[in-house]
Amino acid sequence: MTKYLFYPGCSMQKNARSYLDSLMAIRPELDITFDEVDDWNCCGATEYWSVHQVKAHALVGRNLALAEQQANGSNTLVAGCSACYLNLAKTANYLEEDNLLREKIDDALAVGGLHFTPGSLDIRHLLDIVFNDVGLEKIRSKVVRPLTGLRVAPYYGCMIVRPDRENRYGNPEYPTALDKLLEALGATVIDFPQKTHCCSGHMTQISPEVAYELLHRLISGADRYNADLMVTLCPMCQLNLDAYQGDMNTFMDTDYHMPCLYFTQMMGLAFGHDPKELGIGKEFVDAGPALAKIGVELPEAEERPKPRPRRKKKEEGLPMPRMGDGNE
Amino acid sequence: MSAMLNEEKNGAPISYMAEVSRATPGNCRLEMCIQCGTCGGSCPSADDMDHTPRQLFAMIRADMRDAVLASNTPWHCVSCYYCTVRCPQEIHITDIMYTLKSMAVAAGQYKKSVDADFSESFVGYVDEYGRSFELGLATRMYLRHSPLSIVKTASMGLGMLTRDRLDFSPQRIKNLDQLQSILKRAGEIEEAIA
Repeated sequence: MTKYLFYPGCSMQKNARSYLDSLMAIRPELDITFDEVDDWNCCGATEYWSVHQVKAHALVGRNLALAEQQANGSNTLVAGCSACYLNLAKTANYLEEDNLLREKIDDALAVGGLHFTPGSLDIRHLLDIVFNDVGLEKIRSKVVRPLTGLRVAPYYGCMIVRPDRENRYGNPEYPTALDKLLEALGATVIDFPQKTHCCSGHMTQISPEVAYELLHRLISGADRYNADLMVTLCPMCQLNLDAYQGDMNTFMDTDYHMPCLYFTQMMGLAFGHDPKELGIGKEFVDAGPALAKIGVELPEAEERPKPRPRRKKKEEGLPMPRMGDGNE
Repeated sequence: MSAMLNEEKNGAPISYMAEVSRATPGNCRLEMCIQCGTCGGSCPSADDMDHTPRQLFAMIRADMRDAVLASNTPWHCVSCYYCTVRCPQEIHITDIMYTLKSMAVAAGQYKKSVDADFSESFVGYVDEYGRSFELGLATRMYLRHSPLSIVKTASMGLGMLTRDRLDFSPQRIKNLDQLQSILKRAGEIEEAIA
Protein backbone atom coordinates (compact mmCIF):
# COMPACT_ATOMS: atom_id res chain seq x y z
CA MET A 1 0.00 0.00 0.00
CA THR A 2 1.63 3.22 -1.15
CA LYS A 3 0.61 6.47 0.47
CA TYR A 4 0.43 9.80 -1.34
CA LEU A 5 -0.42 13.35 -0.37
CA PHE A 6 -3.44 14.37 -2.40
CA TYR A 7 -4.63 17.73 -3.71
CA PRO A 8 -8.13 17.29 -5.21
CA GLY A 9 -8.72 20.89 -6.36
CA CYS A 10 -11.99 22.78 -6.74
CA SER A 11 -13.26 21.04 -9.90
CA MET A 12 -13.08 17.55 -8.40
CA GLN A 13 -15.35 18.70 -5.58
CA LYS A 14 -18.30 19.23 -7.84
CA ASN A 15 -18.22 19.54 -11.62
CA ALA A 16 -15.68 16.71 -11.93
CA ARG A 17 -16.94 14.79 -8.92
CA SER A 18 -17.16 11.66 -11.05
CA TYR A 19 -13.38 11.85 -11.57
CA LEU A 20 -12.87 11.82 -7.79
CA ASP A 21 -15.55 9.19 -7.16
CA SER A 22 -14.12 6.84 -9.77
CA LEU A 23 -10.60 7.33 -8.40
CA MET A 24 -11.78 6.52 -4.87
CA ALA A 25 -13.60 3.45 -6.21
CA ILE A 26 -10.49 1.95 -7.80
CA ARG A 27 -8.08 2.63 -4.91
CA PRO A 28 -8.24 -0.96 -3.64
CA GLU A 29 -7.16 -2.39 -7.02
CA LEU A 30 -4.40 0.18 -7.33
CA ASP A 31 -3.32 -0.54 -3.74
CA ILE A 32 -2.74 3.12 -2.92
CA THR A 33 -4.03 5.50 -0.26
CA PHE A 34 -4.43 9.24 -0.39
CA ASP A 35 -3.89 11.68 2.44
CA GLU A 36 -5.83 14.81 1.40
CA VAL A 37 -4.02 18.09 2.13
CA ASP A 38 -6.01 19.57 4.99
CA ASP A 39 -7.79 22.86 4.26
CA TRP A 40 -6.23 23.28 0.81
CA ASN A 41 -7.24 26.33 -1.24
CA CYS A 42 -7.72 27.01 -4.96
CA CYS A 43 -4.61 26.68 -7.18
CA GLY A 44 -5.51 29.84 -9.11
CA ALA A 45 -6.47 27.98 -12.32
CA THR A 46 -5.36 30.21 -15.20
CA GLU A 47 -7.49 33.18 -14.11
CA TYR A 48 -5.66 34.14 -10.93
CA TRP A 49 -2.31 33.76 -12.71
CA SER A 50 -3.49 36.02 -15.51
CA VAL A 51 -3.74 39.09 -13.37
CA HIS A 52 -1.75 38.52 -10.13
CA GLN A 53 1.28 36.28 -10.53
CA VAL A 54 2.98 36.95 -7.20
CA LYS A 55 -0.29 36.50 -5.32
CA ALA A 56 -0.90 33.31 -7.32
CA HIS A 57 2.47 31.93 -6.24
CA ALA A 58 1.54 32.77 -2.64
CA LEU A 59 -1.85 31.09 -3.12
CA VAL A 60 -0.15 27.91 -4.29
CA GLY A 61 2.61 28.42 -1.72
CA ARG A 62 0.06 27.98 1.07
CA ASN A 63 -0.98 24.61 -0.40
CA LEU A 64 2.64 23.51 -0.69
CA ALA A 65 3.41 24.62 2.88
CA LEU A 66 0.38 22.74 4.22
CA ALA A 67 1.34 19.64 2.24
CA GLU A 68 4.92 19.80 3.53
CA GLN A 69 3.64 20.00 7.13
CA GLN A 70 1.51 16.95 6.51
CA ALA A 71 4.22 14.95 4.70
CA ASN A 72 4.61 11.95 6.92
CA GLY A 73 6.28 9.08 5.14
CA SER A 74 5.34 10.47 1.75
CA ASN A 75 6.61 13.61 0.07
CA THR A 76 4.78 12.96 -3.20
CA LEU A 77 1.92 15.38 -3.78
CA VAL A 78 -0.58 14.15 -6.36
CA ALA A 79 -3.13 16.18 -8.33
CA GLY A 80 -5.70 14.77 -10.73
CA CYS A 81 -6.51 18.07 -12.42
CA SER A 82 -3.91 19.10 -14.99
CA ALA A 83 -4.18 22.82 -14.14
CA CYS A 84 -3.73 22.12 -10.42
CA TYR A 85 -0.77 19.88 -11.20
CA LEU A 86 0.83 22.52 -13.41
CA ASN A 87 0.34 25.32 -10.91
CA LEU A 88 1.64 23.34 -7.93
CA ALA A 89 4.65 22.18 -9.96
CA LYS A 90 5.31 25.66 -11.36
CA THR A 91 5.47 27.34 -7.96
CA ALA A 92 7.62 24.54 -6.53
CA ASN A 93 9.99 24.86 -9.52
CA TYR A 94 10.21 28.64 -9.56
CA LEU A 95 10.79 28.86 -5.82
CA GLU A 96 13.83 26.64 -6.35
CA GLU A 97 15.28 28.65 -9.24
CA ASP A 98 14.27 32.26 -8.50
CA ASN A 99 15.75 33.62 -5.26
CA LEU A 100 13.88 36.92 -5.50
CA LEU A 101 10.55 35.12 -5.80
CA ARG A 102 11.44 32.84 -2.90
CA GLU A 103 12.10 35.84 -0.64
CA LYS A 104 8.73 37.33 -1.58
CA ILE A 105 6.76 34.14 -1.02
CA ASP A 106 8.63 33.37 2.23
CA ASP A 107 7.66 36.84 3.40
CA ALA A 108 3.98 36.40 2.48
CA LEU A 109 3.66 32.88 3.91
CA ALA A 110 5.33 33.98 7.16
CA VAL A 111 2.45 36.39 7.76
CA GLY A 112 0.23 33.32 7.93
CA GLY A 113 2.73 31.42 10.09
CA LEU A 114 3.69 29.08 7.25
CA HIS A 115 6.89 28.09 5.48
CA PHE A 116 7.66 26.00 2.43
CA THR A 117 11.05 24.43 1.76
CA PRO A 118 11.64 24.28 -2.01
CA GLY A 119 12.55 20.76 -3.07
CA SER A 120 10.73 19.12 -0.15
CA LEU A 121 7.85 17.83 -2.28
CA ASP A 122 7.66 15.79 -5.47
CA ILE A 123 4.63 17.00 -7.45
CA ARG A 124 3.07 14.53 -9.85
CA HIS A 125 -0.09 14.04 -11.89
CA LEU A 126 -2.39 11.12 -11.13
CA LEU A 127 -1.75 9.52 -14.55
CA ASP A 128 1.98 9.45 -13.76
CA ILE A 129 1.27 7.63 -10.47
CA VAL A 130 -1.02 5.09 -12.12
CA PHE A 131 1.25 4.47 -15.09
CA ASN A 132 4.66 4.50 -13.42
CA ASP A 133 4.08 3.53 -9.78
CA VAL A 134 1.15 1.15 -10.04
CA GLY A 135 2.27 -0.06 -13.46
CA LEU A 136 0.59 -1.78 -16.36
CA GLU A 137 1.32 -5.29 -15.14
CA LYS A 138 -0.69 -4.82 -11.99
CA ILE A 139 -3.45 -3.00 -13.87
CA ARG A 140 -3.70 -5.80 -16.45
CA SER A 141 -4.04 -8.36 -13.66
CA LYS A 142 -7.10 -6.54 -12.26
CA VAL A 143 -9.06 -6.39 -15.51
CA VAL A 144 -12.20 -8.52 -15.33
CA ARG A 145 -14.24 -6.74 -18.01
CA PRO A 146 -11.82 -5.91 -20.84
CA LEU A 147 -12.82 -2.92 -22.96
CA THR A 148 -12.58 -5.12 -26.07
CA GLY A 149 -14.09 -3.60 -29.20
CA LEU A 150 -14.27 -0.09 -27.79
CA ARG A 151 -12.45 2.47 -29.92
CA VAL A 152 -11.08 5.21 -27.69
CA ALA A 153 -9.30 8.49 -28.38
CA PRO A 154 -6.71 9.14 -25.65
CA TYR A 155 -6.87 12.87 -24.95
CA TYR A 156 -4.16 14.44 -22.78
CA GLY A 157 -4.78 18.13 -23.37
CA CYS A 158 -2.07 20.61 -22.53
CA MET A 159 -1.13 21.11 -18.95
CA ILE A 160 -0.11 17.59 -18.01
CA VAL A 161 2.54 17.37 -20.75
CA ARG A 162 3.49 21.03 -21.08
CA PRO A 163 5.72 22.58 -19.94
CA ASP A 164 6.69 19.30 -18.20
CA ARG A 165 9.94 20.66 -16.83
CA GLU A 166 10.79 17.33 -15.21
CA ASN A 167 10.31 15.50 -18.54
CA ARG A 168 8.00 12.94 -17.01
CA TYR A 169 6.09 12.17 -20.19
CA GLY A 170 8.94 11.86 -22.67
CA ASN A 171 7.43 14.12 -25.30
CA PRO A 172 5.35 17.25 -24.69
CA GLU A 173 3.46 16.73 -27.95
CA TYR A 174 3.26 12.99 -28.33
CA PRO A 175 2.91 11.29 -24.95
CA THR A 176 1.89 7.62 -24.87
CA ALA A 177 1.21 6.76 -21.21
CA LEU A 178 -2.58 7.05 -21.53
CA ASP A 179 -2.52 5.14 -24.85
CA LYS A 180 -0.69 2.24 -23.21
CA LEU A 181 -2.91 2.31 -20.15
CA LEU A 182 -6.08 2.09 -22.24
CA GLU A 183 -4.56 -0.72 -24.32
CA ALA A 184 -3.83 -2.59 -21.10
CA LEU A 185 -7.54 -2.30 -20.30
CA GLY A 186 -8.31 -4.02 -23.62
CA ALA A 187 -9.53 -1.02 -25.62
CA THR A 188 -8.65 -0.30 -29.24
CA VAL A 189 -6.70 2.94 -28.99
CA ILE A 190 -6.65 5.23 -32.00
CA ASP A 191 -3.48 7.14 -32.82
CA PHE A 192 -5.23 10.41 -32.03
CA PRO A 193 -3.48 13.28 -33.87
CA GLN A 194 -5.04 15.95 -31.62
CA LYS A 195 -4.14 14.17 -28.39
CA THR A 196 -2.29 17.17 -26.95
CA HIS A 197 -4.19 19.98 -28.64
CA CYS A 198 -5.95 22.59 -26.53
CA CYS A 199 -9.53 22.11 -25.27
CA SER A 200 -9.88 25.94 -25.35
CA GLY A 201 -9.52 26.29 -21.57
CA HIS A 202 -11.41 29.34 -20.31
CA MET A 203 -12.37 30.44 -23.83
CA THR A 204 -15.79 28.76 -23.52
CA GLN A 205 -16.50 31.47 -20.95
CA ILE A 206 -14.93 34.55 -22.46
CA SER A 207 -14.82 33.98 -26.23
CA PRO A 208 -17.08 31.07 -27.19
CA GLU A 209 -16.51 31.34 -30.96
CA VAL A 210 -12.80 30.70 -30.45
CA ALA A 211 -13.65 27.82 -28.12
CA TYR A 212 -16.04 26.15 -30.55
CA GLU A 213 -13.40 26.16 -33.28
CA LEU A 214 -10.86 24.46 -30.98
CA LEU A 215 -13.42 21.96 -29.66
CA HIS A 216 -14.43 21.16 -33.22
CA ARG A 217 -10.83 20.29 -34.12
CA LEU A 218 -10.72 17.75 -31.29
CA ILE A 219 -14.13 16.17 -31.66
CA SER A 220 -14.06 15.98 -35.46
CA GLY A 221 -10.55 14.52 -35.22
CA ALA A 222 -11.70 11.75 -32.90
CA ASP A 223 -14.79 11.16 -35.02
CA ARG A 224 -12.73 10.86 -38.21
CA TYR A 225 -10.94 7.92 -36.61
CA ASN A 226 -14.30 6.39 -35.66
CA ALA A 227 -13.66 6.71 -31.96
CA ASP A 228 -16.57 5.66 -29.76
CA LEU A 229 -15.49 7.99 -27.00
CA MET A 230 -12.73 10.28 -25.82
CA VAL A 231 -10.84 9.58 -22.61
CA THR A 232 -9.52 12.49 -20.60
CA LEU A 233 -7.50 13.19 -17.46
CA CYS A 234 -8.46 16.79 -16.72
CA PRO A 235 -11.73 18.32 -15.42
CA MET A 236 -11.47 21.40 -17.64
CA CYS A 237 -11.06 19.29 -20.79
CA GLN A 238 -13.98 17.06 -19.81
CA LEU A 239 -16.23 20.02 -19.07
CA ASN A 240 -15.46 21.77 -22.35
CA LEU A 241 -15.73 18.67 -24.54
CA ASP A 242 -18.86 17.41 -22.84
CA ALA A 243 -20.98 20.34 -21.66
CA TYR A 244 -20.18 22.61 -24.62
CA GLN A 245 -20.42 19.96 -27.35
CA GLY A 246 -24.08 20.82 -27.98
CA ASP A 247 -23.34 24.55 -28.36
CA MET A 248 -20.37 23.69 -30.55
CA ASN A 249 -22.61 21.55 -32.79
CA THR A 250 -25.10 24.41 -33.13
CA PHE A 251 -22.38 26.93 -33.92
CA MET A 252 -20.48 24.73 -36.39
CA ASP A 253 -23.62 23.16 -37.86
CA THR A 254 -22.44 19.65 -37.00
CA ASP A 255 -24.04 16.67 -35.27
CA TYR A 256 -21.27 15.11 -33.28
CA HIS A 257 -22.08 12.86 -30.40
CA MET A 258 -18.74 12.12 -28.79
CA PRO A 259 -18.89 11.11 -25.12
CA CYS A 260 -15.95 12.01 -22.92
CA LEU A 261 -15.05 10.02 -19.78
CA TYR A 262 -12.16 10.11 -17.29
CA PHE A 263 -9.45 7.45 -17.49
CA THR A 264 -10.28 6.46 -13.91
CA GLN A 265 -13.83 5.69 -15.04
CA MET A 266 -12.49 3.48 -17.84
CA MET A 267 -10.28 1.67 -15.33
CA GLY A 268 -13.25 1.22 -13.01
CA LEU A 269 -15.34 -0.26 -15.82
CA ALA A 270 -12.54 -2.66 -16.77
CA PHE A 271 -12.15 -3.62 -13.11
CA GLY A 272 -15.84 -4.56 -13.08
CA HIS A 273 -17.24 -1.67 -11.05
CA ASP A 274 -20.82 -0.48 -11.38
CA PRO A 275 -21.04 2.59 -13.72
CA LYS A 276 -23.02 4.52 -11.11
CA GLU A 277 -20.31 4.04 -8.51
CA LEU A 278 -17.90 5.58 -11.05
CA GLY A 279 -20.08 8.66 -11.52
CA ILE A 280 -21.00 7.65 -15.07
CA GLY A 281 -24.32 9.20 -16.10
CA LYS A 282 -23.51 12.80 -15.20
CA GLU A 283 -22.32 13.57 -18.73
CA PHE A 284 -24.13 15.85 -21.13
CA VAL A 285 -23.22 13.59 -24.05
CA ASP A 286 -24.61 10.16 -23.25
CA ALA A 287 -21.93 7.46 -23.01
CA GLY A 288 -24.61 4.74 -23.09
CA PRO A 289 -24.35 3.71 -26.77
CA ALA A 290 -20.54 3.53 -26.58
CA LEU A 291 -20.50 1.53 -23.36
CA ALA A 292 -23.11 -0.90 -24.68
CA LYS A 293 -20.29 -2.21 -26.90
CA ILE A 294 -18.57 -3.65 -23.85
CA GLY A 295 -21.80 -4.91 -22.35
CA VAL A 296 -22.26 -2.09 -19.85
CA GLU A 297 -25.82 -0.90 -19.55
CA LEU A 298 -26.57 2.52 -18.15
CA PRO A 299 -29.88 3.24 -16.45
CA GLU A 300 -32.07 5.47 -18.62
CA ALA A 301 -31.44 9.07 -17.70
CA GLU A 302 -34.57 11.16 -17.23
CA GLU A 303 -33.85 13.76 -19.84
CA ARG A 304 -31.13 12.16 -21.85
CA PRO A 305 -30.77 14.08 -25.10
CA LYS A 306 -31.38 11.80 -28.07
CA PRO A 307 -28.59 11.90 -30.61
CA ARG A 308 -29.81 13.37 -33.84
CA PRO A 309 -29.27 11.22 -36.93
CA ARG A 310 -25.89 12.00 -38.44
CA ARG A 311 -26.15 14.06 -41.58
CA LYS A 312 -23.79 13.24 -44.38
CA LYS A 313 -21.69 16.30 -45.08
CA LYS A 314 -21.54 17.28 -48.71
CA GLU A 315 -18.13 16.74 -50.23
CA GLU A 316 -16.91 20.06 -51.48
CA GLY A 317 -13.77 20.84 -53.41
CA LEU A 318 -11.30 18.47 -54.96
CA PRO A 319 -11.11 14.91 -53.70
CA MET A 320 -8.23 14.66 -51.26
CA PRO A 321 -6.19 11.58 -50.43
CA ARG A 322 -7.35 10.17 -47.12
CA MET A 323 -5.20 8.70 -44.42
CA GLY A 324 -6.08 5.30 -42.99
CA ASP A 325 -6.81 5.30 -39.29
CA GLY A 326 -3.69 3.32 -38.55
CA ASN A 327 -5.55 0.63 -36.73
CA GLU A 328 -6.48 -1.77 -39.49
CA MET B 1 19.31 39.43 -14.26
CA SER B 2 22.66 40.86 -13.16
CA ALA B 3 22.90 43.07 -16.25
CA MET B 4 19.47 44.45 -15.48
CA LEU B 5 20.37 45.30 -11.90
CA ASN B 6 23.56 47.04 -13.05
CA GLU B 7 21.52 49.15 -15.38
CA GLU B 8 19.41 50.32 -12.48
CA LYS B 9 22.45 50.99 -10.28
CA ASN B 10 23.95 53.25 -12.91
CA GLY B 11 20.81 55.32 -12.87
CA ALA B 12 19.92 54.62 -16.50
CA PRO B 13 16.17 54.28 -17.14
CA ILE B 14 15.12 50.69 -17.15
CA SER B 15 13.95 49.43 -20.55
CA TYR B 16 10.41 48.26 -21.10
CA MET B 17 11.74 44.80 -21.87
CA ALA B 18 13.59 44.67 -18.55
CA GLU B 19 10.45 45.88 -16.81
CA VAL B 20 8.34 43.07 -18.28
CA SER B 21 11.07 40.55 -17.59
CA ARG B 22 11.46 41.67 -13.97
CA ALA B 23 7.72 41.50 -13.32
CA THR B 24 7.63 37.87 -14.50
CA PRO B 25 8.39 35.34 -11.75
CA GLY B 26 10.96 32.69 -12.61
CA ASN B 27 13.72 33.09 -15.19
CA CYS B 28 11.56 34.07 -18.17
CA ARG B 29 14.42 34.72 -20.69
CA LEU B 30 12.40 37.31 -22.65
CA GLU B 31 15.66 39.03 -23.68
CA MET B 32 16.71 35.87 -25.55
CA CYS B 33 14.03 36.12 -28.28
CA ILE B 34 15.56 35.60 -31.74
CA GLN B 35 12.33 36.49 -33.61
CA CYS B 36 12.03 33.05 -35.20
CA GLY B 37 8.21 32.97 -35.07
CA THR B 38 7.89 29.42 -33.78
CA CYS B 39 5.54 30.74 -31.06
CA GLY B 40 3.01 32.24 -33.46
CA GLY B 41 3.17 29.21 -35.72
CA SER B 42 2.39 26.94 -32.76
CA CYS B 43 -0.40 29.01 -31.26
CA PRO B 44 -3.95 27.62 -31.59
CA SER B 45 -5.48 31.09 -31.26
CA ALA B 46 -2.94 33.09 -33.32
CA ASP B 47 -5.61 33.71 -35.98
CA ASP B 48 -7.61 35.81 -33.55
CA MET B 49 -4.67 37.74 -32.16
CA ASP B 50 -3.79 41.33 -33.09
CA HIS B 51 -0.11 40.35 -32.99
CA THR B 52 1.68 37.01 -32.76
CA PRO B 53 3.81 36.57 -29.64
CA ARG B 54 6.91 37.16 -31.80
CA GLN B 55 5.54 40.50 -33.01
CA LEU B 56 4.59 41.46 -29.49
CA PHE B 57 8.10 40.72 -28.23
CA ALA B 58 9.56 42.90 -31.01
CA MET B 59 7.19 45.67 -29.90
CA ILE B 60 8.32 45.25 -26.30
CA ARG B 61 11.94 45.51 -27.42
CA ALA B 62 11.02 48.69 -29.32
CA ASP B 63 9.49 50.20 -26.15
CA MET B 64 6.00 50.36 -27.74
CA ARG B 65 4.39 50.23 -24.32
CA ASP B 66 0.89 51.50 -25.15
CA ALA B 67 0.51 49.39 -28.28
CA VAL B 68 1.61 46.30 -26.38
CA LEU B 69 -0.87 46.88 -23.57
CA ALA B 70 -3.70 47.58 -26.03
CA SER B 71 -3.05 44.38 -28.00
CA ASN B 72 -5.57 41.60 -27.55
CA THR B 73 -2.83 38.98 -27.89
CA PRO B 74 -2.30 38.06 -24.22
CA TRP B 75 -6.06 37.85 -23.73
CA HIS B 76 -6.34 35.23 -26.45
CA CYS B 77 -3.67 33.05 -24.86
CA VAL B 78 -5.29 29.76 -23.81
CA SER B 79 -2.31 28.71 -21.63
CA CYS B 80 -1.61 25.59 -23.71
CA TYR B 81 2.19 26.06 -23.45
CA TYR B 82 2.84 24.91 -27.04
CA CYS B 83 4.93 28.03 -27.68
CA THR B 84 6.79 27.57 -24.41
CA VAL B 85 7.92 24.01 -25.11
CA ARG B 86 8.73 24.72 -28.77
CA CYS B 87 10.64 27.98 -28.22
CA PRO B 88 14.29 27.27 -29.13
CA GLN B 89 15.34 29.92 -26.62
CA GLU B 90 13.25 28.39 -23.83
CA ILE B 91 11.39 31.63 -23.14
CA HIS B 92 8.51 31.32 -20.66
CA ILE B 93 6.07 32.82 -23.17
CA THR B 94 2.85 31.89 -21.33
CA ASP B 95 4.14 33.52 -18.13
CA ILE B 96 5.01 36.68 -20.07
CA MET B 97 1.44 36.77 -21.42
CA TYR B 98 0.21 36.69 -17.80
CA THR B 99 2.54 39.58 -16.95
CA LEU B 100 1.24 41.62 -19.89
CA LYS B 101 -2.36 40.99 -18.81
CA SER B 102 -1.57 42.16 -15.27
CA MET B 103 0.12 45.26 -16.69
CA ALA B 104 -2.81 46.02 -18.99
CA VAL B 105 -5.24 45.80 -16.07
CA ALA B 106 -2.99 47.95 -13.87
CA ALA B 107 -2.78 50.55 -16.67
CA GLY B 108 -6.56 50.66 -16.94
CA GLN B 109 -6.59 48.96 -20.34
CA TYR B 110 -9.11 46.21 -20.82
CA LYS B 111 -10.88 47.32 -17.68
CA LYS B 112 -14.35 46.64 -19.00
CA SER B 113 -13.57 43.66 -21.20
CA VAL B 114 -15.07 40.25 -20.51
CA ASP B 115 -11.65 38.63 -20.28
CA ALA B 116 -10.24 40.95 -17.63
CA ASP B 117 -13.47 40.97 -15.66
CA PHE B 118 -13.61 37.18 -15.71
CA SER B 119 -10.14 36.96 -14.20
CA GLU B 120 -10.84 39.68 -11.63
CA SER B 121 -14.15 38.05 -10.63
CA PHE B 122 -12.44 34.68 -10.27
CA VAL B 123 -9.79 36.28 -8.06
CA GLY B 124 -12.56 37.95 -6.02
CA TYR B 125 -14.22 34.62 -5.20
CA VAL B 126 -10.93 32.90 -4.35
CA ASP B 127 -9.91 35.82 -2.09
CA GLU B 128 -13.28 35.70 -0.37
CA TYR B 129 -13.76 31.95 0.08
CA GLY B 130 -10.44 30.25 -0.71
CA ARG B 131 -12.05 28.17 -3.44
CA SER B 132 -13.45 28.96 -6.87
CA PHE B 133 -17.21 29.37 -7.22
CA GLU B 134 -18.43 28.46 -10.69
CA LEU B 135 -22.11 29.29 -10.39
CA GLY B 136 -21.42 32.75 -8.98
CA LEU B 137 -18.77 33.42 -11.58
CA ALA B 138 -20.89 32.33 -14.53
CA THR B 139 -23.98 34.21 -13.33
CA ARG B 140 -22.02 37.40 -12.73
CA MET B 141 -20.39 37.22 -16.16
CA TYR B 142 -23.62 36.73 -18.06
CA LEU B 143 -25.52 39.39 -16.16
CA ARG B 144 -22.77 41.91 -16.73
CA HIS B 145 -21.72 41.14 -20.26
CA SER B 146 -24.45 39.34 -22.15
CA PRO B 147 -27.76 39.50 -20.28
CA LEU B 148 -29.58 38.71 -23.52
CA SER B 149 -27.94 35.33 -23.87
CA ILE B 150 -28.77 34.29 -20.31
CA VAL B 151 -31.77 32.24 -21.37
CA LYS B 152 -29.64 30.13 -23.68
CA THR B 153 -26.89 29.81 -21.10
CA ALA B 154 -29.28 29.18 -18.26
CA SER B 155 -30.30 25.89 -19.85
CA MET B 156 -26.69 24.76 -19.79
CA GLY B 157 -26.39 25.93 -16.16
CA LEU B 158 -29.58 24.06 -15.37
CA GLY B 159 -28.08 20.98 -17.00
CA MET B 160 -25.08 21.32 -14.70
CA LEU B 161 -27.36 21.63 -11.67
CA THR B 162 -29.59 18.68 -12.56
CA ARG B 163 -26.49 16.56 -13.15
CA ASP B 164 -25.26 17.59 -9.71
CA ARG B 165 -22.18 19.21 -11.21
CA LEU B 166 -22.61 22.74 -9.82
CA ASP B 167 -22.63 24.02 -6.24
CA PHE B 168 -25.39 26.46 -5.27
CA SER B 169 -23.20 28.13 -2.69
CA PRO B 170 -19.43 28.59 -2.49
CA GLN B 171 -17.23 26.26 -0.44
CA ARG B 172 -15.26 28.09 2.21
CA ILE B 173 -11.92 26.93 3.57
CA LYS B 174 -11.50 26.73 7.38
CA ASN B 175 -8.50 28.98 7.88
CA LEU B 176 -9.65 31.82 5.65
CA ASP B 177 -7.96 34.46 7.85
CA GLN B 178 -4.61 32.83 7.25
CA LEU B 179 -5.08 32.73 3.47
CA GLN B 180 -6.31 36.31 3.35
CA SER B 181 -3.40 37.63 5.40
CA ILE B 182 -0.96 35.78 3.11
CA LEU B 183 -2.64 37.15 -0.02
CA LYS B 184 -2.78 40.68 1.40
CA ARG B 185 0.97 40.64 2.02
CA ALA B 186 1.64 39.08 -1.41
CA GLY B 187 -0.53 41.78 -2.98
CA GLU B 188 1.52 44.51 -1.29
CA ILE B 189 4.74 42.91 -2.54
CA GLU B 190 3.27 42.64 -6.04
CA GLU B 191 2.29 46.29 -6.10
CA ALA B 192 5.73 47.34 -4.92
CA ILE B 193 7.40 45.77 -7.99
CA ALA B 194 4.77 46.93 -10.49
